[in-house]
Amino acid sequence: MKLPAKACHARTAGLGDMTMESADRRYGRTSRRPDGASPARHGVTRRGLLLATAALLVTTSGVNARVVTKVLPWKPNDAYPVAPVVPGGYLFFTASEAAVVEAFVDRLIPADDLGPGAKEAGVTTFIDRQLTGPYGGHDWLYMAGPFSENPLPSQGLQSELTPRQQYRMGIAALEAYCKATFNRGFAELAAADQDKLIAGLEKGAVQLPNFSSKTLFTAIYNNAIEGFFADPIYGGNRDMIGWKLVGFPGVRYDFRDVIDRPNQAYTLPPVSLQGRPAWGER
Amino acid sequence: MARRLPRKDVVIVGLGWTGSILAYELARTGLDVVALERGPWRDTASDFNIGTAPDELRYAVRHDIFLRPKQETLTMRNNPSQTALPIRKWGSFLPGNGVGGAGLHWNGQTWRFLPDDFRIRSHMIERYGQGILPEGNQIQDWPVSYDELEPHYDRFEQVAGISGKAGNIKGKIQPGGNPFEGARERDYPTPPLKQGYAQSLFTKAATEMGLHPFPRPSANISMAYTNPYGCSMAPCTYCGFCEWFGCANYSKSSPQTCVLPALVREPTFEARTDCEVTKINLSGDGKTATGVTYVDASGEEWEQPGDLVLVCAFSLFNVRLLLLSGIGKPYDPASGKGVVGRNYAYQTGSGALGFFNDAKFNPFAAAGSLGVALDDYNSDNFDHGPHGFVGGASITSAHTNGRPIRYHPTPPGTPTWGSAWKKAVKDNYQRVTNVGAQGSVMSYRNNYLDLDPTYKDPLGRPLMRMTFDYQPNEQKMANWMAERCQEIVKAMGASSTKLNRLGVPWSVVPYQTTHNTGGAVMGNDPNTSVLNRYLQSWDVSNVFVMGASAFPQNAGYNPTGTVGALTYWSLEAILKYLKSPGALVSR
Repeated sequence: MKLPAKACHARTAGLGDMTMESADRRYGRTSRRPDGASPARHGVTRRGLLLATAALLVTTSGVNARVVTKVLPWKPNDAYPVAPVVPGGYLFFTASEAAVVEAFVDRLIPADDLGPGAKEAGVTTFIDRQLTGPYGGHDWLYMAGPFSENPLPSQGLQSELTPRQQYRMGIAALEAYCKATFNRGFAELAAADQDKLIAGLEKGAVQLPNFSSKTLFTAIYNNAIEGFFADPIYGGNRDMIGWKLVGFPGVRYDFRDVIDRPNQAYTLPPVSLQGRPAWGER
Repeated sequence: MARRLPRKDVVIVGLGWTGSILAYELARTGLDVVALERGPWRDTASDFNIGTAPDELRYAVRHDIFLRPKQETLTMRNNPSQTALPIRKWGSFLPGNGVGGAGLHWNGQTWRFLPDDFRIRSHMIERYGQGILPEGNQIQDWPVSYDELEPHYDRFEQVAGISGKAGNIKGKIQPGGNPFEGARERDYPTPPLKQGYAQSLFTKAATEMGLHPFPRPSANISMAYTNPYGCSMAPCTYCGFCEWFGCANYSKSSPQTCVLPALVREPTFEARTDCEVTKINLSGDGKTATGVTYVDASGEEWEQPGDLVLVCAFSLFNVRLLLLSGIGKPYDPASGKGVVGRNYAYQTGSGALGFFNDAKFNPFAAAGSLGVALDDYNSDNFDHGPHGFVGGASITSAHTNGRPIRYHPTPPGTPTWGSAWKKAVKDNYQRVTNVGAQGSVMSYRNNYLDLDPTYKDPLGRPLMRMTFDYQPNEQKMANWMAERCQEIVKAMGASSTKLNRLGVPWSVVPYQTTHNTGGAVMGNDPNTSVLNRYLQSWDVSNVFVMGASAFPQNAGYNPTGTVGALTYWSLEAILKYLKSPGALVSR
């Protein structure tokens, strides 16, 4: 017997109605083949459940539509959280790539009188973990060809390269450029030289071997801003450094008190999806 | 080969605002209703749990709840001489996906269009003469008047619990409301939201300038409310995670908060999610829809027969489904003939940022439709004679959020990175506010939608091609509006300002607005419209098409209020149709 639960989507329907039979809830009455006998038509009964189960027995190719009828299919405490990033090591970058990225973001958002910068915020870890996920492969984007050689600027992203490829190829090109020009890697350059080079990449004035300098700059720049200001659950913005810099209180989700006191400074510390360090481990 | 399912009375394509309202109202009469939704089911309690909902990266940057371009996108170009390329990553607009549709992630600004907007062509010619109309325009009057829609606007506002202040009740101007609005039967169901510091400066400055500011109508509601469907909402907490997010507080009107709890209890209603309708099937003579074909998540194909097909997807995808189904003649800009895809329009955005020496705007204490607006420069509320453009804009002071990945304004001339950038970001986060103009876009011969000759979706069907640019009329209007915004923000006390003109050519890269309109417009003439005045297809009388795709051109407002009103307007006609099927207007 093929259990319906196995054939359901990952989000197996749970039922909110606590008076429902437990077996009914377990089997996820809300997922079934559209041509199957509908338990809904027979009310919430054992008989309805048996009919639904029978329908699933005779059709074995899988349940691929979710059917909702009679009740909203959520259950208490159901949520779809993101997996918190656990810092330590790199999953995508090699050690030398990570060193380049770390040096790069350290110049984009440096530690200074105003406080820590991107490096201290864990931005390199943030980027590394983002690259291993759907973002890194442009998994959700339209990546079918043909790819145009001459897109209009108004047509936006038209590159075949995924962020993973941009980083891998772009960093290699940057390192090749630095070795040829300065006889050492980017991370070993003096800060002033790094700044000059980054400005050249941004403007497209520096030509990297076989790689668009603007593409590399834009990738690191956008991801650095994201990593500095995104919720710390993604591995960057450590200790809510970015939020403290500007005074963003995070995910408190209730600012009725602030609306009632216009033009007054907000003084409470920020809170992230995982709370605050003072609240201890979650 | 598609497998055939048992017949239903009503097949609804897409379960957002329009689909859920129609499903509920029709299931309530005892009809067998199935809604087919290509995205997932979404519930407030689980999908927008308060412990996961306020996540800027996930929703506003990575677009977790939106339609994934991989599943469907469009190709775009600015004019017919160019080669369209796919929008690989959403930018300028951001279509929703799943149950709730765009009604889930919207800001919640819920406007009524002005009486003049519905007869803009006739009105402009009467007041200014033919010469005022821009070159290449295809502006046309709506086939329905404000007065006809008024009770339906009211019904949508009651269902959505909209918070606002009436400006005109039965012809009597109400202090504190919008004096330009059309006459309403009664006030909004809930009072306006509270406003922030910037809005108090704006109100004072605008009033002193002789303008007429008022709190904009909001679907982030100000107090607990139970709607006519028995669905309950809670007061907005100004959390600042509204547009692009689902609301964890049940404070933002959406199908989830306002309709679905009542709808799912209807015993004759059923929703199937992860089911993409690929085609509306037609009888041999092409005059009757027999149902739809859809593909489930495994790629398996099903045929769902039905007596009535209601097309309730996002405006752009309504148009594509008509094109793919062969309902209505596709529009050809060269000959000017055909109707499906004709009169695609959009929205302008312009304005001015104000930098203040000493202010704490607390931009994070916000809501998607918090804000004070004025309509002195909208529609034809001002003399267009000296300006030589058609259309107008609502001008607003608003903070919708202070989420820092996207919101960290810096003054012009600030470096883009380094310590100087960091200092500017820190110094300006609290001291910047915007006055913005959201303007109308007229319809033109060369702004249109059709099927792309090259690019396909994963099911092998052609993507839709969007050909669009801001025409000189819209550029002139939006840039004039930006100057008005700058005057106001200066009067508010800004020490310096940054003028934001309309970006041309129109680009898919920066986010602008998801107010895509037209392509399946309503009208009185079947040669220039896809739908009659009841949103019924001229060609296939058991197909009705909801949504902003029916707008003949776009007004200077967010579209959802009018989309809601049209839905109830059409519902009345559908109920009539069900008693005596056939064309409600003869060709």
